Amino acid sequence: MAVLCGSFTLCGLGPGGVGVGGGLLALEPGPDPDHVLLTDRGRTATLFKVSDQKPLGCWSVKHGQIITCPVVCNFETHEYVAVHDDKVLRIWKNTDINLDKVFKATLSADVFRIHSLPCGGPMVLFKGGGVRTLDVLLEAPQQEIENIISDEVIKWSEAFMDGQQPVLIFATEKDGDFFVYVQKLKTNSLHKYKLEQQELYKPLSFTAYIKNQIITLLCLYSNDSVYKVLIPLQQNSEEGEQILSKSQLLKLSVSGSVLKGTSFVVLDKDHVAVLGSLVAPGEESKECLTIWNTKFQTLQTSKELPLATSGQLWCYEEKFFFTHGKVLTVIMYKCETSSLAAAVGKHKDSQTPDVSSFVNWNTLTDEELVVSFQPQQSVALKSESKMTLRSKRNSIAKVQPDPLSVGQILLSLKDTSTTVLEDELRQLISKARMPDFQASIGCVITTLINRCKTNPKYYPQNFLLQIVQTQDLSYSLCPDLMAVALEKKDVHLLQICLQRFPDIPEEITYACLKVFLSISEACLQRIDVNLESVSCYIDTEFNNKEVKTEIVENGFNAELEQDIRNTKMTKETHLTAGGSFCPVGPQKAALLNAVLHSAYSEAFLLPHLKNLPAQQVVLFLRYLYYLYVKSSEKINTTLPGIRSPTISQIMDWMCLLLDAHFTVMVMLPEAKELLSNLHKFVRAQVRFYSELNKIEGSLRELQRLNNQKDSQTYSIEVLELI
Amino acid sequence: MGEFEVHRVRFFGLVPAGVRCLAYQPRGGRLALGRTDGAVEVYNFAANYFQEKVIPGHEARSVEALCWVTGDRLFGAGLGGEISEYDLSRLCVSHSVDGGGGPIWSMAANSSGTQLAIGCEDGSVKLFQVVPGGIQFERNLDRRKGRILCLSWHPSDTHIAAGSIDILRVFDVSSGQTIQRIMVNYHVHKVKRECIVWSIAFLSSGTVVTSDSFGRVQFWDWERGTLLESHTVSTSAVLSLSVSEEEDSIVVGTSTGATYQFQLLPVKMGSLEKRWVRTKPFQHHTHDVRAVAHSSTALISGGLDAQLVIRPLMEKIQKKSYEAALRKFTFPHRRLVSCARKARLLLFQFSQHLELWRLGSTDETGKDGEVLPLRRMPEHLVQLKSKGPEHIYCSCISPCGSWVAYSTASRFHLYRVQYEGDSVSVKKVPKVPKLLLPACQLQFCADSNSLFVAAAQGSVHVLQLLEPGGCTHLHTLQPPSGCPEAVYLLAVSTDGHWLAAVSGDWAIHIYNLKSFKHHCTVPTYNCAVTAIAIHPITNNLVIAYSDQQLFEFNIPEKQYTAWSRTVQNQGLHKVWLERDSPITHITFNPKNPSHILLHDTYMFCVLDKSLPLPDNSALLMNQSTLKQLPETARQRQLHAFKICKKFQPLLFADLLDENCLVMVERPIMDFKTQLPLPIQQKKFGT
Repeated sequence: MAVLCGSFTLCGLGPGGVGVGGGLLALEPGPDPDHVLLTDRGRTATLFKVSDQKPLGCWSVKHGQIITCPVVCNFETHEYVAVHDDKVLRIWKNTDINLDKVFKATLSADVFRIHSLPCGGPMVLFKGGGVRTLDVLLEAPQQEIENIISDEVIKWSEAFMDGQQPVLIFATEKDGDFFVYVQKLKTNSLHKYKLEQQELYKPLSFTAYIKNQIITLLCLYSNDSVYKVLIPLQQNSEEGEQILSKSQLLKLSVSGSVLKGTSFVVLDKDHVAVLGSLVAPGEESKECLTIWNTKFQTLQTSKELPLATSGQLWCYEEKFFFTHGKVLTVIMYKCETSSLAAAVGKHKDSQTPDVSSFVNWNTLTDEELVVSFQPQQSVALKSESKMTLRSKRNSIAKVQPDPLSVGQILLSLKDTSTTVLEDELRQLISKARMPDFQASIGCVITTLINRCKTNPKYYPQNFLLQIVQTQDLSYSLCPDLMAVALEKKDVHLLQICLQRFPDIPEEITYACLKVFLSISEACLQRIDVNLESVSCYIDTEFNNKEVKTEIVENGFNAELEQDIRNTKMTKETHLTAGGSFCPVGPQKAALLNAVLHSAYSEAFLLPHLKNLPAQQVVLFLRYLYYLYVKSSEKINTTLPGIRSPTISQIMDWMCLLLDAHFTVMVMLPEAKELLSNLHKFVRAQVRFYSELNKIEGSLRELQRLNNQKDSQTYSIEVLELI
Repeated sequence: MGEFEVHRVRFFGLVPAGVRCLAYQPRGGRLALGRTDGAVEVYNFAANYFQEKVIPGHEARSVEALCWVTGDRLFGAGLGGEISEYDLSRLCVSHSVDGGGGPIWSMAANSSGTQLAIGCEDGSVKLFQVVPGGIQFERNLDRRKGRILCLSWHPSDTHIAAGSIDILRVFDVSSGQTIQRIMVNYHVHKVKRECIVWSIAFLSSGTVVTSDSFGRVQFWDWERGTLLESHTVSTSAVLSLSVSEEEDSIVVGTSTGATYQFQLLPVKMGSLEKRWVRTKPFQHHTHDVRAVAHSSTALISGGLDAQLVIRPLMEKIQKKSYEAALRKFTFPHRRLVSCARKARLLLFQFSQHLELWRLGSTDETGKDGEVLPLRRMPEHLVQLKSKGPEHIYCSCISPCGSWVAYSTASRFHLYRVQYEGDSVSVKKVPKVPKLLLPACQLQFCADSNSLFVAAAQGSVHVLQLLEPGGCTHLHTLQPPSGCPEAVYLLAVSTDGHWLAAVSGDWAIHIYNLKSFKHHCTVPTYNCAVTAIAIHPITNNLVIAYSDQQLFEFNIPEKQYTAWSRTVQNQGLHKVWLERDSPITHITFNPKNPSHILLHDTYMFCVLDKSLPLPDNSALLMNQSTLKQLPETARQRQLHAFKICKKFQPLLFADLLDENCLVMVERPIMDFKTQLPLPIQQKKFGT
């Protein structure tokens, strides 16, 4: 947010003040903060302390002489440098009073301007385009200065520091063509650029700043727009004249009225201030000082200036300086982007690209969009890590520079045959990770799915599986994938999707559950399903019906407990109902585990779950009961294996199912027994844990004793490694 | 796979010495660390923070300050009053010069590396000129009363700021005069205690930063002598301070074990006005943080609790992964224990003595996790005290247990140990051959007939041991192309045919012991070697590198084995690669040729080459999962790495026989109780 704060008058102009000779030539920063150097178009230069509104010193040249180049301060020596009558250089100190008696050097060519940088001595720009540092010039004042711009006329110039090296940039005009010159002083290299032509309109004013070795040149054009031109500094090739293309940064118009700018300054990366006259149709034009946000293209604030201005605007240390009527006015402003990052000092340079696996949503939404696809860059990023941990990934990272973007490739593949398509896509995804790789993969999948939709016979199951398994995708990146898989009843793909996608909507989760429960075991036997989540607790080999007997560590034996309570029931039935046998086959169990593992929100899942047929509910509940009993066998209540469901996932799903179907379950005869078993088991567990709570103190003491034993200095123990 | 009877040893009373000073060398990525016992260590950050060089201490040579000069020369100074230059290739002090001002409390090198300034007990600041091969006294700066506890050069080398008691002074280097003195306790109301300036830094802006015993970090304008900013960070002393190269961040260490970061931040975004702000507190230490250093990406601190902590700064690291992990090092990255397998003896190396222990035994067997009743308790047989002020570099016991050797910086000792019933007699072997010392590693061959002494310039001396107690120098092995660095790791094959030696430049040379000829060099790998061993049956050399890579090299065929190539093709498991402590010992099970036993500080691993390597999706530490599984399900889950993390921190592990292991642990709490008490801090109430 930018705001204009209070204003005050620095000095009067005209009689009694400064600037008798027709306004101000320029305002330059003084030797210390809060000081400015004012040069008028006549004979005088004045040093002001801004906050005191007080002149500290004033120097004038003799009658008949004119200061032609604004006085600048040499920050290294605290001397002032000026040129009068185009060629006569004067250097003086604060203590000097009479400019006639100070150092004088007559140069061989006309000076356009002197630029002084806080670190590095002043640089002199001659009207012919030659540049010398002051030191070099003083060694031989009469040295010959080359003319490099022939009959072009310098319109504007500016100097920067690029690291240690001063850089001077100036713009010239010749017959309506504008040229930009960039002069690097240390390497003495000069680049000439031509500004892209804009029909009918001409640049009125320039300003520039440097950031990360790129000069950003902003031009105010007569069509009331600000254009941005980027000039990279690191250019070694001397390819003669290059044309600089420009892009519109800002259109100076607000609700019908147009700002006819005369001069402008850059405040920060998102703000510019423009001085000009606001012309609304049917109204008289008013002069205004305005601040614009270039990011959002908005006018942030403006101040009307009823008295005339000279059209010049300067800005130092968060203050604007301009003539307003017969005085030099100072307006303070504030231009802050408050952010947390700034407060904790984590403000990252936006030019250094982050290595992240996040998708840049702006670059790729549709296949027509062209992706900025720079393999070289991605390689550079990869090698950034100082300590190279060699892993498998690196071996696949062979990158072929590919001029085609993903979007273009996809577009070109639209009409090819399926085999060609798959081959091409395989090649595409085997490439090294590029910045927007995931978005590109999303496009690849969308292309494939669209093809599946149009051609019902086409379904590249293996290829889709491969992509889903190898890439970090999400549901939102390829929303149609699971819908198509559901349609095709491709349970393996659905399983992988459930395991890998973090953001599956509850509706789809439910649809998967329904498909998994309804599909027959015989059918599943033929399908290849990832069994790693069940292999550790269900014996996958069906011939081996033996139920493993393990030491019951939890202090509770399901069979025993139930035997006591349900002596009437035949052992056989209660075993099947009581969770010692898995009610579903391993394939189905693995699929259901994938559902158990997926993230969901109860409120959204419950309405869908109500639609599940009662038989399937009973089957699923039986399986959950089996899992619950199985996991309670162990002291840590976890099921072994990778991606096996946790006890809280099991409990949550059990509660959800019962919530959704309680009335049906109560009525259903085959569910009755299951429910009562479940109830008994839970009751027994609750009792067991409450007993454990009672003896918690004693257990802790036991543990302490155990630890004490541990602190012995020597013991012989048995260690088994499997 | 099998059950082991594990002798769990916790009677190795090692107390690592506290960290006294740190010096970070940004260009080489190396950190020099001085300990309170005078030992100097060099950590190589590029080689996964491996403790690359160790120069053991000396009774009379404490290290109060360390300085890198012109990149790779390391100087140290201490209360002994001497300035020493360390020879990092021979791992000893190359020469030392008396400072002439009594005990030296501080030392700093100027930015161009031409001069060293020392701060002495007598209150003088002395300048020494750094010349090739040594240093020369140049002159004294203006001397006043009060020891100079800390020093800092202005980056332009024109001024020196020195901190003393109650006062800090700024010297002009060219004139040698005190041009500013600032009383640091001036601002404290009614001071009775003296205020010690523990640490000082001179910034290029002319700001002097001090940390003092009142718990303050203060910023001074030295020209005006005024206090710019004062931050009280602690109720107890702020002992150490270090500034980043860009001078936008400062790390300080306090006597409560906390470290704090200060950052120079704009008061608001985009503003030019900047202020020092205390940003991040860390509590990694339990005792005084005597030394801190600031690398470009991390805060480094060392405490009297012997810990070196490297805490990367998240905002300086582009990749938020493994490199952003906190590193803590307490124990040396080398072995201090040697084991006589046949005799079941353990030899412990302390800084100035050795202890010989006999392991106990049991008759029982049991199930996993059970503690077996002891038939015989372990026995402390001998304590061998090293004479003289020098600390022990290395030690070794022969497999039969009848020879013990150790070396200090200038002397090599060999003892003959004889066991008769319960009594033990130790006889020193007279007239050991004169060798070029110090020796960095000793290794007996399997039949205890010869001893290999690793020495400077890549050489290995072969000594023949003679009954009843003598030895002769048989040969000196040297790499054919020469090598400036000392050998620091040795491995000899069981059949006595081959010897592998690793020198400080990480080259592995293999010698044929039958012909005493250089056999070959293992292809160079760009990382430090942390452990090597030769397989007793296949004569394959197994090499562990500090980036956690494992290689197997077939010595007779002079090439990597097929298994090693498979490992490199498939890549090791991510979790394995991200461990932060190096493998310090490798051994084998002769009954199971496919097994490699290795360990680092936090785990013991049996690597079964016959099983498939785990991929990244598999669980690396899967022992507890496997134990829950039925036999049938186990087979599918098995992979090559069988890791046990029960024994921590593990200083040594070895196989005594087929199914008997010895594990030497040193629980952190055990040695923490032997450290001086830290400052008491109230935890509850007010």
